[in-house]
Amino acid sequence: MTNMNQTVARETADQDTPVVAVEASKPAHGSVEEGKTVGKPFSDKAKFKLRDVEVFYGENRAIKNISLDIARNEVIAFIGPSGCGKSTFLRCLNRMNDSIDSCRVTGSLMLDDIDIYDPKRDVVELRARVGMVFQKPNPFPKSIYENVAYGPRIHGLANRKADLDEIVENSLRKAGLWDEVKDRLDATATGMSGGQQQRLCIARAIAVSPEVVLMDEPCSALDPIATAKVEELIAELSESYTIVIVTHSMQQAARVSHRTAYFHLGNLVEVNETSKVFTSPEHELTESYITGRFG
Amino acid sequence: MQPANLLLLTVVLAIVAYGFGYARSRTLATPLGGIRHLKSLPFYYGARASLWCAIPALVVLALWAAFQGKVIQTLVLGSLPAELAPGSAGEASLLLSKISNVASGALPAGFVEAPIAEAADRLEALREQSRMLMTALVVSVAVLAGFLGWLKIRPKLNARVQVESILKWLFFSCAALAILTTVGIIFSVAFETFRFFGKVPFTEFFFGSQWSPQTALRADQVAAEGAFGMIPLFTGTLLISAIAMTVAVPVGLMSAIYLSEYAGKRVRGIVKPLLEMLAGIPTVVYGFFAALTVAPFISDLAASIGIEASSQSALAAGAVMGIMIIPFVSSLSDDVINAVPQSLRDGSLALGATQSETMKKVIFPAALPGIMGGILLAVSRAIGETMIVVMAAGLAANLTANPLETVTTVTVQIVTLLTGDQEFDSAKTLAAFALGAMLFIATLLLNVIALKIVRKYREQYD
Repeated sequence: MTNMNQTVARETADQDTPVVAVEASKPAHGSVEEGKTVGKPFSDKAKFKLRDVEVFYGENRAIKNISLDIARNEVIAFIGPSGCGKSTFLRCLNRMNDSIDSCRVTGSLMLDDIDIYDPKRDVVELRARVGMVFQKPNPFPKSIYENVAYGPRIHGLANRKADLDEIVENSLRKAGLWDEVKDRLDATATGMSGGQQQRLCIARAIAVSPEVVLMDEPCSALDPIATAKVEELIAELSESYTIVIVTHSMQQAARVSHRTAYFHLGNLVEVNETSKVFTSPEHELTESYITGRFG
Repeated sequence: MQPANLLLLTVVLAIVAYGFGYARSRTLATPLGGIRHLKSLPFYYGARASLWCAIPALVVLALWAAFQGKVIQTLVLGSLPAELAPGSAGEASLLLSKISNVASGALPAGFVEAPIAEAADRLEALREQSRMLMTALVVSVAVLAGFLGWLKIRPKLNARVQVESILKWLFFSCAALAILTTVGIIFSVAFETFRFFGKVPFTEFFFGSQWSPQTALRADQVAAEGAFGMIPLFTGTLLISAIAMTVAVPVGLMSAIYLSEYAGKRVRGIVKPLLEMLAGIPTVVYGFFAALTVAPFISDLAASIGIEASSQSALAAGAVMGIMIIPFVSSLSDDVINAVPQSLRDGSLALGATQSETMKKVIFPAALPGIMGGILLAVSRAIGETMIVVMAAGLAANLTANPLETVTTVTVQIVTLLTGDQEFDSAKTLAAFALGAMLFIATLLLNVIALKIVRKYREQYD
């Protein structure tokens, strides 16, 4: 776990421009066989059952034959170098890749007993169950209250103003933001600090009571103090939600997650308990990555 | 030499000066060990020499060309015998045109008095002298200044800074030109407007509900008094603009939404340029489309359901104008909608919102100020539009809100007031300037509002 500071890289690509794995300049720190994942990728309490998942951007195969279970109420961290496909894989879980024309997903992706990529599946319902927090805080240019109330409104979760007020308050409380903003719920959300904005986005996501929250590098645009707050929040949320978090910070993965999955060039190399991955990784590539030999 | 030729000569001299300056800087650089020991690149020394050569020469040329006419005229008039000396400014200009006609040979010298013929000769001689003097002066100034500039080239001289500061002034004057033109237009319109209000009372123009600018041309002619109430014209303008906007805003906005959110790449690549082609059709084509196709269609349609409609109607002009404005609204709105960050779309979609909910509740409100700005720009375009209205809406100044009747607009009246032979001091022609001023103020206000809104929009989510 030396050289950690250097390995806390920042992904340069934005979340709306998917990074495609590049085969070039691969250091020879071991090799990976497609579809072979070491460690414990499967679970008997699976929330998501993902089998033989492949993702293509046009001709380009960004995810290569990945099988993984994500357990109920666990926090699983996806780590790996830039362009390894971890964000792409995350976005499959609530079909956020749909908006990219050239993107094609194959394999079986099950959330409980529903097929995520069933063509007849209503993505609205899916996304209500699987919420998402993005890399850059993206509050709507509306008031703080309206931001949180947005989801419940479109899903008709509250019949009366009082119900809505309650949902908003609860979500903001869970996101640890209530005390900071309760006196200025009508203030515009874009005027808040970056960390507050990100926690607002988390509050917005949990306001529709999802079962799963996907987080795509939620702290990469935040300073260390705001990061610490968000991490604290993740620990609290894990009691009621399943959380999948993509991160470039290995310390963060070590701090917040129960299990860690290491991705490399579109392959899922290793999945195991977080403590195990960071102390005694089974795969050579995982070891090279977490010790900072490349990243 | 004619000023135009002289101008050309100055440019040639400036180019020569550039060559000399360039060469001298290189020569100076050689003993020092190459051009890297110069303060600036040889190009800048050359440019500096050429600017030194050209600028004073051009200033002299401009001043000479501006004043020579006046000076020569004064000299010629002053030399006339006392009995022919003009009594008034009008007489003077008549006399001068007579003299110059003789001088140019348009009027044979035999037809005029001897002193006039002499004056014509003098005029010709003076012009010749002036030309020669000008040529000599400009060329010598150019050569002298260019030589001085060339002489002053030293390795330590920072020519780049000097050249760049001159270029900065050049750019500034280009920018100032547009502003000065606007100011000039404002003044000329304002001046004539004041003259108009000297003839027609303020209250009549602003509050009168009658517009019939036909006044008697001669004292003995029997004609109407002339009424200059601008209300019917502005009502007509507003009516037609309102109809145009009712067509353009929904259609333009919805096509923008379709193009930016729903259309695939290929559809967008085809539809967008096609839509923008609407903006490239000349308005006169729209005009006869409105007059020959749409207006009769509307009046037939109205007649078939038992409503009386004029063959030229505000509806026809407004509808066609609306079609013309669609690309304005759609193109600007499309840009604004596209400028809304993708992250907001993702945020909304990830919450389980449908595409239309995302559009309605997140993107549209975020883009609204920009869309408003675009609409206001389209409105000022509609207000200023003339050709379609001339052809399709008619000329009768009716004070009506019925879109099936014929109406007229401010711009159309300006055109009819000023076309043809008109005296430029009657209330009738001056009214055109007053109308123009009002129109200018109205569109200026709209533009200011539009710019304000657009600027506010810029600060929205950055």
